[in-house]
Amino acid sequence: MKKQFILVVGAVAALALNPGCKPKTAESAIAGDAASKVYVAPGEHDEFYNIVSGGFNGQMSVVGLPSGRVLKILPVFSVNPENGYGFSEESKPMLNTSNGFVPWDDLHHIAISQTKAEHDARWAFGNGNNTPRIARVDLTSFKTVEIIEIPNSAGNHSSPFITENTEYVVAGTRFSVPTGSDAKRDVPIASYKENFKGFISFIGVNQETGDMNLSFQIEAPPFNFDLARAGKNKSHGWFFFSTYNTEMAHTLLEVNASQKDKDFIMAVNWKKAEEYVKAGEGEKRPARYAHNKWNESTHMAESKILEEVLVLDPKILKDIVYFIPCPKSPHGTDTDPTGEYIIGSGKLAAIIPVFSFTKMLAAIQKQDFEGNIDGMPILKYESVLHGEVQKPGLGPLHTEFDGKGNAYTSMFVSSEIVKWNIETLQVLDRVPTFYSVGHLSIPGGPTGKPHGKYMVAYNKITKDRYLPTGPELAHSAQLYDITGDKMQLLLDFPTIGEPHYAESFPASLIKDRQVKFYPLEENNHPAALKGIADARVEKKGNEIHIYLTSIRSNFRPDNIEGVEVGNEVFFHMTNLEQDWDVPHGLAIKNANTAELLVMPGETATLKWIPNRPGIFPFYCTDFCSALHQEMQGYVRVSPKGSNLPLTFTTGE
Amino acid sequence: MKTISKGNRILVFLAAALMISAYFTPLWQISLWAPQYPEGLNMKIWIDQLSGDVNIINGVNHYIGMKHIGEEMFPEFSYLIYVFGFIIAVGFIAALTGKKFLLHGYFLLITFLGIGVIIDMHLWGYDYGHNLNSTAAIKVPGMAYQPPLIGYKELLNFLAYSGPDVGGWILMGSALLTILAIFFDWRSNRKKTALT
Repeated sequence: MKKQFILVVGAVAALALNPGCKPKTAESAIAGDAASKVYVAPGEHDEFYNIVSGGFNGQMSVVGLPSGRVLKILPVFSVNPENGYGFSEESKPMLNTSNGFVPWDDLHHIAISQTKAEHDARWAFGNGNNTPRIARVDLTSFKTVEIIEIPNSAGNHSSPFITENTEYVVAGTRFSVPTGSDAKRDVPIASYKENFKGFISFIGVNQETGDMNLSFQIEAPPFNFDLARAGKNKSHGWFFFSTYNTEMAHTLLEVNASQKDKDFIMAVNWKKAEEYVKAGEGEKRPARYAHNKWNESTHMAESKILEEVLVLDPKILKDIVYFIPCPKSPHGTDTDPTGEYIIGSGKLAAIIPVFSFTKMLAAIQKQDFEGNIDGMPILKYESVLHGEVQKPGLGPLHTEFDGKGNAYTSMFVSSEIVKWNIETLQVLDRVPTFYSVGHLSIPGGPTGKPHGKYMVAYNKITKDRYLPTGPELAHSAQLYDITGDKMQLLLDFPTIGEPHYAESFPASLIKDRQVKFYPLEENNHPAALKGIADARVEKKGNEIHIYLTSIRSNFRPDNIEGVEVGNEVFFHMTNLEQDWDVPHGLAIKNANTAELLVMPGETATLKWIPNRPGIFPFYCTDFCSALHQEMQGYVRVSPKGSNLPLTFTTGE
Repeated sequence: MKTISKGNRILVFLAAALMISAYFTPLWQISLWAPQYPEGLNMKIWIDQLSGDVNIINGVNHYIGMKHIGEEMFPEFSYLIYVFGFIIAVGFIAALTGKKFLLHGYFLLITFLGIGVIIDMHLWGYDYGHNLNSTAAIKVPGMAYQPPLIGYKELLNFLAYSGPDVGGWILMGSALLTILAIFFDWRSNRKKTALT
């Protein structure tokens, strides 16, 4: 009996202690020849460009896939002391807004330009989330060439999604806010439902030049607009915006905006909106917003303040806006490559609803409505629904496509990506992410012609994935091979900033179209120098203009005397090189600004106000040649009123 | 009055002494693992307090409307110290006096304590897992989140474990010693009866 007692107790103990009893959770092991699949041999190039939003760094990262190597950090909304963006006199206007110079923003989403629902990769668009703006990056120079501010908007999150021929990029406001005159904007927060508006902006893109222009705005109810996707192919002409807080709460949204079983996907018939615009049905309203453009000929930006927007009121103008009920605070709304299916990712929902564009049109035709919001029809959920993906996982956020009839949805809460069939709605496979994936990206994933092959998960939590670096960690990404039935983890790599959305496209689209340098004869900067003979220094009142040339390995002039404390000194530096990859830098001791990094054939200006006498060396910051360390000069600064003659020399 | 042997008195004394550890060691633990918590979240339950990742667990669980776990949630913390004290005292008196009825009383008390704790934990777990805030952000139809009484259980993206901690194991050892004392006593009595 004693033995039995001991046996029983021992068995209980073994049961409770045995680690073998712990059910197996997701495995992180790499299977097969993952390393060879991501290995890009020295001197070889990656197959895809991956343009990745930098989130709170306000920049974009250019990454090669499948290697995961960072190729460039491309400043967009944030100043970049590394190359003088936002510090040089020429680039400062790029960051001008109706509220003056703003040195930072939060860049969440990327949209690569398309033609006929395929990437043409001429431009990359990015949204400024905090001070609502959209930027356009030229993918031949990887430079931010245009930024337009969005008036009547706050929290430009539902942006910059793009139509299939880059007719428009959109900007849906995350925060609805009161708009109009000062008096109309100064209202109690508790008057949210009456006074706040949710503006959706359509920014037209010039098909030739890429130039943006705020074509029209739609005054929508004060919901929070989260994400969006254009219809494509058969649904071209429509745009789909996910909404949350249709409760229209204005405090403790975590609870109060999570109460309704269904919020909406707002379907916008933008072709219809265009008709109203053409018919003159829009109302011109005063507004103030900046439009900043970079000129590659003059190598400088110009900022204009615009004062009017065209607003369409969908309460009066029928057939622009319809609401599709969608479970539980939808985050991502994505359209499949055919344009037939619209997938709403209710981030708090236990299923993923898939809506049918054909059924939506039929329901509109039959006026199969369950109600309306200020006269804008609400469609019946069941009438528009293709079906629901059952038990997909927890916290669905975003969906991308492989062009083979499959969808891939990121699951934040259950930290996984789930592959499912769009037609049958069957879950086919799931892989863990490390940890808590936000966006995911497949090359060509949002277009009508995905390239498939790879999938990248952009994660929100990093924890133990890399060598620890204190409390702040790089955000992790994982690359998966999606060519087979089962998704296969290939690579885990750190990223820059906090990536949200990213897009990828074949490198062949742009790699042979890259700007290598700027021809000097086409440099129309007013301070450009065409040769060393033009180097000089001029005084205009309190301003001193140093027209500086840089070529391996000297500055001309390199000795300047006659500068006084308090002078505004402008270094207009032209890089005379006419060869690829020979930038020259310029840094001046004690200058309260960043350096300049000037590309071959380009001119840029650094402003410096010396505040004490002395000799101030300047030098080239980019290791340009064997005699780079010799590339230097001196500025002599004398006390105010010294009246020393202004002299400059090189080589004497 | 019937008495027990010296050896058994020592066993009971040891059993009661081991129970004192309940004041200094965690008795029970609940652990959670999720993909984003590969290292696990661990909560320890003591005789009169909680410790471990309670705040993180509360943070995670509030999305599904689970109650905020806090010491005020467990009235047991206010009286368990006295219950244990009483039982330990009975054990020591049984050891010191060698009275058989006290040994049996002590055994019954720890048995009731064990059963009581299990029922109590089950009731708490049921309430914690089912009684969800109706305004919770995430509501999964038909889903309840009752933690396992003992062992492992999968709850959505979490794997939950519930089991004894150091103090719990010591208490089981203490109970085993008491059972042994009763068993030896029963066997020696049977031998005596057989001899006479």
